[in-house]
Amino acid sequence: MATDQIAEQKLTIGTHTFDSRLIVGTGKYANYEVMQESLAASGTDCITVAVRRERLIDSQGNNLLDAIDVSRYTLLPNTAGCFSAEDAVRVARLGREILAGLENPGADWVKLEVLADQKTLLPDPVATLDATRQLVADGFQVLCYTTDDPVVARQLKEAGATSVMPAGSPIGSGQGILNPNNIRICLEYLKEGDPDYPVIVDAGVGTASDVTLAMELGVDGVLLNTGIAHAGNPVQMGHAMRHALEAGRLAYLAGRIPKRLYATASSPEEGTIAGKPR
Amino acid sequence: MGVRIFVNDEPRQVAEATSVATLLVELGLNPRHVAVERNRELVPRQQHQNCLLVAEDRLEFVTLVGGG
Repeated sequence: MATDQIAEQKLTIGTHTFDSRLIVGTGKYANYEVMQESLAASGTDCITVAVRRERLIDSQGNNLLDAIDVSRYTLLPNTAGCFSAEDAVRVARLGREILAGLENPGADWVKLEVLADQKTLLPDPVATLDATRQLVADGFQVLCYTTDDPVVARQLKEAGATSVMPAGSPIGSGQGILNPNNIRICLEYLKEGDPDYPVIVDAGVGTASDVTLAMELGVDGVLLNTGIAHAGNPVQMGHAMRHALEAGRLAYLAGRIPKRLYATASSPEEGTIAGKPR
Repeated sequence: MGVRIFVNDEPRQVAEATSVATLLVELGLNPRHVAVERNRELVPRQQHQNCLLVAEDRLEFVTLVGGG
């Protein structure tokens, strides 16, 4: 029954629907074989990719696209590495051009990243907002990487973002969900009167419990990369992330007990043969 | 003699009236894996044949790589 419940609860982001609520990155794996096995272990249906200059000297080198089954996965191209709205819009259009050529369903959407700072990789909220408006006007479904600031999250949704994706902590930092309260407020603001609006925790996941915590908060999915790619055993961590996601999702649906300051006994308090302390 | 263009910031000599499609072949690139920008404007795949390069054109040839 539990498994059926999960299966019925598909993840819908704009026009895209997936069985798995994990979105997994394709960067930083030791090699393509480990990447393929890790993606399979995670159970994901949707993988992120980056747009970069073709290496003209090494055109014999393996292309990522030779290692990915584009009929199996929906690709989500990102604008990682862009530090201005203008560059992010250019990169989004280039990504769409490649995906359209591959006839991949991911051609109509983008994971928008407009960064402000190389050390923290924190987003530039003003430029992200600007780029969101331009890309929405150009017909993209825009998934916005942002901080966990609820005010910015609300502005991005108002600008037409298909999904707002607050970071748990800085990209690749593995610090997990640093401010669960902000994620809660983001969820409240973004889902107010619109409970199906998809909110994804993107970035910062270090291990399985981070995924579970995110899902227990009520987010719709988790996007991660380094947590699997740089794990000691990436394939095993892929499995762990899949189970962690299911555990967190089920716990959220089941409804947790409230936290109390004092204990409440699980066994009957009457009928004990023992004397009570004063 | 040809004209000088730039591909991913590298200078390159090409014959006059070389098309984007021809340049892709010369560079040994799989057109299916590549998107092209000319002077910061996307050149859609359907226009590769008809887009003829002129001196000092700046081209970007990009592909997909692993990323998060």
